[in-house]
Amino acid sequence: MNKPHPYMPNSVTEIKEKMMEELGIRHIDDLFSDIPEDLRFKGELDIPGPYAEAEVKGMVLRQLEKNWTLRCPPFLGGGVWPHYVPAVVDEIVRRAEFLTSYTPYQPEITQGMLQVIFEYQSLICELVGLEVANASLYDWASALGEAARMASRLTRRDVVAVPYLISPQRLAVLRAYTEPVGIRVVKVDYDKTTGLLDLEDLKEKVDSRTAAVYIENPSYLGFVEEGVETIAETAHDAGARRRPREMGSTPTTKRAPGDYDADIVVGEGQPLGNHMNYGGPLLGIFACRNDPRMIRQMPGRLIGLTQTQDGLRRGFTMTLQTREQHIRREKATSNICSNEALCAVASAVYLSLLGPQGLRDLAEVVASRAHYAMRRIGELPNIRAPLFSSFHFKEFTVSFKGRTVAEVHRDLLSSRMHGGKPLVDEFPELGEAALYCVTEMHSKRDIDRLVSALEEALER
Amino acid sequence: MRRFRQADWEEPLIFELGREERVGFTVPSVEPEVSDAVGDIEELVPTNMLRSEPPMLPEVSEIEVLRHFIHLSQMNYGVNSGVFYPLGSCTMKYNPVINEVVAAHPKITEIHPDQDEATVQGVLGILYQLKRWFLEVTGMDDASLQPAAGAHGEFLGNLLIRAYHADRGEIDKRREIIVPDSAHGTNPASAMMAGFKTVEIPSGEDGCVDIEALRSVVGEHTAGLMLTNPNTLGIFERNISEIAEIVHGAGGLMYYDGANLNAIMGKCRPGDMGFDIVHVNLHKTFSTPHGGGGPGSGPVGVKSFLADYLPVPTVEEEDGVYRLDYDRPKTIGRIHGYHGNVSPILKAYAYTLALGGSGLKEASEIAVLNSNYIAHKLKDVRGLSLPYAPGVPRKHEAVLSASGMAEETGVRALDVAKGLLDRGIHAPTIYFPLIVPEALMIEPTETEPLEALDAFIEAVKEISDLAYSNPKEVLDAPRNTAVGRLDEARAAHPKTICLSWRAYCALAGRG
Repeated sequence: MNKPHPYMPNSVTEIKEKMMEELGIRHIDDLFSDIPEDLRFKGELDIPGPYAEAEVKGMVLRQLEKNWTLRCPPFLGGGVWPHYVPAVVDEIVRRAEFLTSYTPYQPEITQGMLQVIFEYQSLICELVGLEVANASLYDWASALGEAARMASRLTRRDVVAVPYLISPQRLAVLRAYTEPVGIRVVKVDYDKTTGLLDLEDLKEKVDSRTAAVYIENPSYLGFVEEGVETIAETAHDAGARRRPREMGSTPTTKRAPGDYDADIVVGEGQPLGNHMNYGGPLLGIFACRNDPRMIRQMPGRLIGLTQTQDGLRRGFTMTLQTREQHIRREKATSNICSNEALCAVASAVYLSLLGPQGLRDLAEVVASRAHYAMRRIGELPNIRAPLFSSFHFKEFTVSFKGRTVAEVHRDLLSSRMHGGKPLVDEFPELGEAALYCVTEMHSKRDIDRLVSALEEALER
Repeated sequence: MRRFRQADWEEPLIFELGREERVGFTVPSVEPEVSDAVGDIEELVPTNMLRSEPPMLPEVSEIEVLRHFIHLSQMNYGVNSGVFYPLGSCTMKYNPVINEVVAAHPKITEIHPDQDEATVQGVLGILYQLKRWFLEVTGMDDASLQPAAGAHGEFLGNLLIRAYHADRGEIDKRREIIVPDSAHGTNPASAMMAGFKTVEIPSGEDGCVDIEALRSVVGEHTAGLMLTNPNTLGIFERNISEIAEIVHGAGGLMYYDGANLNAIMGKCRPGDMGFDIVHVNLHKTFSTPHGGGGPGSGPVGVKSFLADYLPVPTVEEEDGVYRLDYDRPKTIGRIHGYHGNVSPILKAYAYTLALGGSGLKEASEIAVLNSNYIAHKLKDVRGLSLPYAPGVPRKHEAVLSASGMAEETGVRALDVAKGLLDRGIHAPTIYFPLIVPEALMIEPTETEPLEALDAFIEAVKEISDLAYSNPKEVLDAPRNTAVGRLDEARAAHPKTICLSWRAYCALAGRG
């Protein structure tokens, strides 16, 4: 290729020749002469291009155009949620100094990122009511996997109890993280009326092998787990760590897990200022108590506040790195290296913008509209919403009589509306049910339109 | 040499800004009809689940938030904003702006991962196509895009090794993963995550895997071997076919750590070297930004005999229609809640189009040319040396040792790094690989102009001169960055450790 490429300043023939002359070689391939002949790739990679920027842009956007434009955001939640991302958040995460930097291994020249991550850790602590949070993990599901392993290391026990109504995707990740090290996952039953954890079944399943009891609040199916005191007592009486998760945008109206004796909190930070991006990148939240024994077992990076060596001013640096793979190798608490730092930056900006009042207002509008939707949908004939009698936050179950979820879903799609996630395969015992979600992105008009579409679909 | 001064705003913590009742953002109001219908939502919340006090979040206006974080960004250093970021093993290449532009399109940012496949054919097509190109570059047969980072891919790879041996009824005896002592720390840590024990083997005098050492540890307990090629010294493991033969002969599998793929695109392929499993870091080789630590993306490719174990779902194509395939009865399950880090995958897709097959190959060629140029110019600088096989060309990176300088002047690799920061250049990776004392691991990538390489070389020479004439000057560096050296001991000491604003307030309260 003779034409210089804009991404490669030294692709100019004259420069290459000058550099090769310095090295005393005549051809670039001389630098690859140590690759055995039989391993050399003959010919060209079968990949189209190179294309000019205008062409690249056109090709990518033409491809993206094939994604549908829906009349309003999908009524989907369950682990990723449609929430508004303020313009200031996007403005900050686009800054090249943040976007194109790597892990702040050299603290003197990366104080900016270090301070933002320290602020992120601090904001998460305020949200969940604990004293320590790490710099991020990949997503909620992998954070749960890491938490189960941490609880097992701390307690030297090998059973983790989870709610029966956990998201099957999350459960699959939990199993992948725990099975190789011999941790067993047991499911705790739920009350068929309220959906809440069956506390009797919990007592039966928690014993001297239980490393942790994991609850979700709000649950996968949207209701708020109320028996938190009893759950905490049951877990702690058996000497286990209890690990509720706190969902990112959970409102100020809801109690922080740290306030009901959670030892480790995991959750999803995507709704805190991160776009859905078809499910990634996400932001695994991970927090725990200010207990040195626990902190030493934490996975992931930690940013600490310290001073400069001359003691003259405050500064930030990565700390307790002896837990991490680049120092401790196979004895590390986790293998994580690259994390989701930029998503943590987004969440720090988001929480700073919202403040306590914004969070409260957000919770109010989200829950109010979700309840409005539940009420309107529940009034329709041949529909139940929600299936459980507990307080729901933004997600709720909807079940149909006379028509299948798949049929209703298709009808909604034909009017460019996207209904909830079908639960038929995940929890067949719930019947023809789907998991709907309403956020501040759904106006009353959107909800009314959904209700009409559902009504029509059920009349067919 | 240009004079560098990093911005320093002495920026307060966000918690120290603002005033009561200030807001940085408003959310839509509840419509009157909605509140009429549902009433006061708070009254519906179970009383024991109400928060007694609001969280202690800052109360700041929009412009205060914006300025705060812009100030902090100015106290940071990125590839696109700095002048040179030769952080070895991290492939800090230019992150093309067009990739960010297309990735910000609402038709990708506002898509929910549980949407009906019919509504997301565009993004599925991108995932599928990137997978095909990834297979072409690596010489593998099938792949999963779920891993969110390189180490996540390594974890998946080890789960696949586990599943393969379990399927053959051999997992109880195959407990060991072999890693060279020059391996990335993630390799042994990932093997540990998957329940394996690691066996470390020493490197030979040529910096490559010691074949005899390898022979002495393989056996019926071998589950597999993890290797990067070129290795972390930047040297190509020319005995790779023999290594693969030995490991395969013992019944183990070969795992390729793709952190160093930027050296060999279009020149040779892991799949042709005998590797069974490969991960690639899209945030390295395929130009997606590192984001201050993440997000990354670490797709994993396998040979066809391992395809049954891949996580679900995978993206497949039939007659021009893309779908998610969950039909893998032997799957290891999942390692990510959804489909992996889709946004970086989209950026890698745009990058691949911008380069094409020939451009990827040229990227590797120039990356290798650049690193050899630096190694050539630096190896004779006073106090530095190029350990291991100095006559063998380096690939994408070169590891120099400052041990001579350290012994003769007391100026160590760490100090050289700080001296570079003072000159506006990001430091190389230091003290890695572990087999090189006082290591300076330099990876220039293909996206740096000759002028940047020369400026870096000049800066290193200048620091070397200073080390031998006025070492204190280097030991006191950096002075031109936002802050000077930090008190790491204080950061980690049980009495002074401070990991959050809460802890800071508690420490301050204690006085």
